[in-house]
Amino acid sequence: MIVAVIALGLLAGASGLLLGFAAIRFKVEGDPMVEQIDAVLPQTQCGQCGYAGCRPYAEAIAAGEADINRCPPGGQNGIAALAELLGRDPKPLDPESGIEKPKMAAVIDEQSCIGCTLCIQACPVDAIVGAAKHMHTVIARECTGCELCLAPCPVDCIHMIPFAPSITTWKWTYPAVEVKAAA
Amino acid sequence: MSALFPFHGGLKTVRHKTESNQTPIQAGILPPRLTVPLRQHIGAIAKPLVQPGDRVLKGQMIGQPDGYISAAIHAPTSGVVSAVDQQPVPHPSGLSDLCVTIESDGEDRWIDREPVDYHRLHPSELRQTIRNAGVVGLGGAGFPSAVKLNLAGRSEPLATLMLNGAECEPWITCDDRLMRERAAEIVAGLQIMAHLLGPAEVLIGIEDDKPEAIAAMTAACAGTSYEVRPVPTRYPSGSVKQLVKLLTGRETPVDGLPVDVGVQCFNVATAYTVYRAIHCGEPVISRVVTVTGQVHRPGNLEVLIGTPFAELIKQCGGYRDGVERLIMGGPMMGFALHSDEAPVTKAANCLLAAGPAELAAELPVLPCIRCGACMDVCPANLLPQQLYWHARAKEFDQARDCHLFSCIECGCCSHVCPSHIPLVQYYRYAKNEIWAQEKEKQRAEQARQRHQARMERLEREKQEREAKLRQKAPVRTEVVPHLDPLISVPSPTKGEGSGQVG
Repeated sequence: MIVAVIALGLLAGASGLLLGFAAIRFKVEGDPMVEQIDAVLPQTQCGQCGYAGCRPYAEAIAAGEADINRCPPGGQNGIAALAELLGRDPKPLDPESGIEKPKMAAVIDEQSCIGCTLCIQACPVDAIVGAAKHMHTVIARECTGCELCLAPCPVDCIHMIPFAPSITTWKWTYPAVEVKAAA
Repeated sequence: MSALFPFHGGLKTVRHKTESNQTPIQAGILPPRLTVPLRQHIGAIAKPLVQPGDRVLKGQMIGQPDGYISAAIHAPTSGVVSAVDQQPVPHPSGLSDLCVTIESDGEDRWIDREPVDYHRLHPSELRQTIRNAGVVGLGGAGFPSAVKLNLAGRSEPLATLMLNGAECEPWITCDDRLMRERAAEIVAGLQIMAHLLGPAEVLIGIEDDKPEAIAAMTAACAGTSYEVRPVPTRYPSGSVKQLVKLLTGRETPVDGLPVDVGVQCFNVATAYTVYRAIHCGEPVISRVVTVTGQVHRPGNLEVLIGTPFAELIKQCGGYRDGVERLIMGGPMMGFALHSDEAPVTKAANCLLAAGPAELAAELPVLPCIRCGACMDVCPANLLPQQLYWHARAKEFDQARDCHLFSCIECGCCSHVCPSHIPLVQYYRYAKNEIWAQEKEKQRAEQARQRHQARMERLEREKQEREAKLRQKAPVRTEVVPHLDPLISVPSPTKGEGSGQVG
């Protein structure tokens, strides 16, 4: 009896020491879940989810404060990826945050631009170049299509243009075949 | 004769070679207008060097290679550039791409052609000459040849230089005719390649249904150490990894290239263009195209790049009745053209006007019965059925784990499938989706980094502003100098962080 108590006590003590040591030695900085969720998000930084960017939204999801269906640019595929990552059931996109749209890029009508720099300040990825009282333009390659530059423009000279299909972006489609059951 | 090492699977297909290989290569007629796409190769699109209104000479460079993996484009005839814009190109999508349109002046006047003595050139100069001549793989892939002719960075010398004259696809005979008629030139081009690569052996693989080509090439190789190796007629022996296995017994690794096992392989037509580039000073502005199927006089034409396909059909006597589809390439790996107004490109080896007899009948697709016939014929040793399930269910990670990217899209599996499932279509779809997802990921990562950089910049600017404010308020510090003497005010760095207006 006493032997068993001592043996188990020693075992518990040793395990406790080991776990205590591991907790300090292998301490994980930050929340690794946030990184993983952030990697799934489309990084448009549009804020349609109600947070200041993709990372804050990832933090909110990790903390359980936000639902996974608040990202319109990620769309249904993005929700499915989040659901799989978090082991939840996918759900339809929350209409409150927006609707899923085809990928677009902002284009500035350079004739109408007055050079106010407001769009430059709004762009979350610094994809607009220009200077005060000079024409501005969007670096198409860097534009995430977040639409944050539209509202501040005082002359409404920014338009969202969908990506035109081109040889380099063209994809083979899912085979449109109807599988017939064998008679 | 040396032993062959048969690859797994493959098919005995119908041949249909005699329709077009009985007559010599004919010169194509000079069309009034040529549309030359600036992307006829794998890699970056060539940069246009001409503007509408410019006068060009035959062989003048009109598109400059843009980057290492890119190729030059040349004017196929003399004339005036009428447009540099988006025009339909031969592509499964039927979409347009940047093209230079040349109105021919009918004179067909050449630039000054300068043959070079390649023995006196430094290898890098020789490669540059080949690059500037726009030489790309003419077997269909269109990979810039100068890149493949550079072995810098590889420690081991090349074991085998291989010339691919297998031409395994049904209907196509352009390489066959080229080998029969211009074997000496092909071998001269091969010599230049061997000069650059210094291989231990040089092999030429030709399917044994082309005895005349084998005889011509053997005769042309007399006096050299080059070996012509007839290979059994079995589709797809002309696929590079399969031919390497067949001739050398070496297996190209998954995600690797034949050069990783010491083999570099070129198409016979590519060797011919290397010969033209070096010995004649002529860039790639024409190629031999097989025009066959439901046309009145099938045959091989040597046509200028940029000639509309309709001109080729016209020269071959026009369509016969019952043409349903115009296919560029062979029936196994080719694709249907959206219009016969698309131009000939460097990759266009065959134009097949297909009627009901040439096309596999569209039979109803039945469920997979797991018979495994596809697995038996797969030359890449894959499990096509497994790939099919994953691709169909859009399980791209699993498809990739089943080596989706080792699939050469030869079409053997679809051909034998008793349920008529268009297997290759599923694989193409899955590959495209994976590539698109990867591109999307890269874009997202780029956006994330830019956003982070912006946040850091804003934070830095904010701190600088605060520091400036503190410095600008010396009155207060003088009034109460004892308050916090330890704070050292950093001097604001001028210019930093002002790259953007904000």
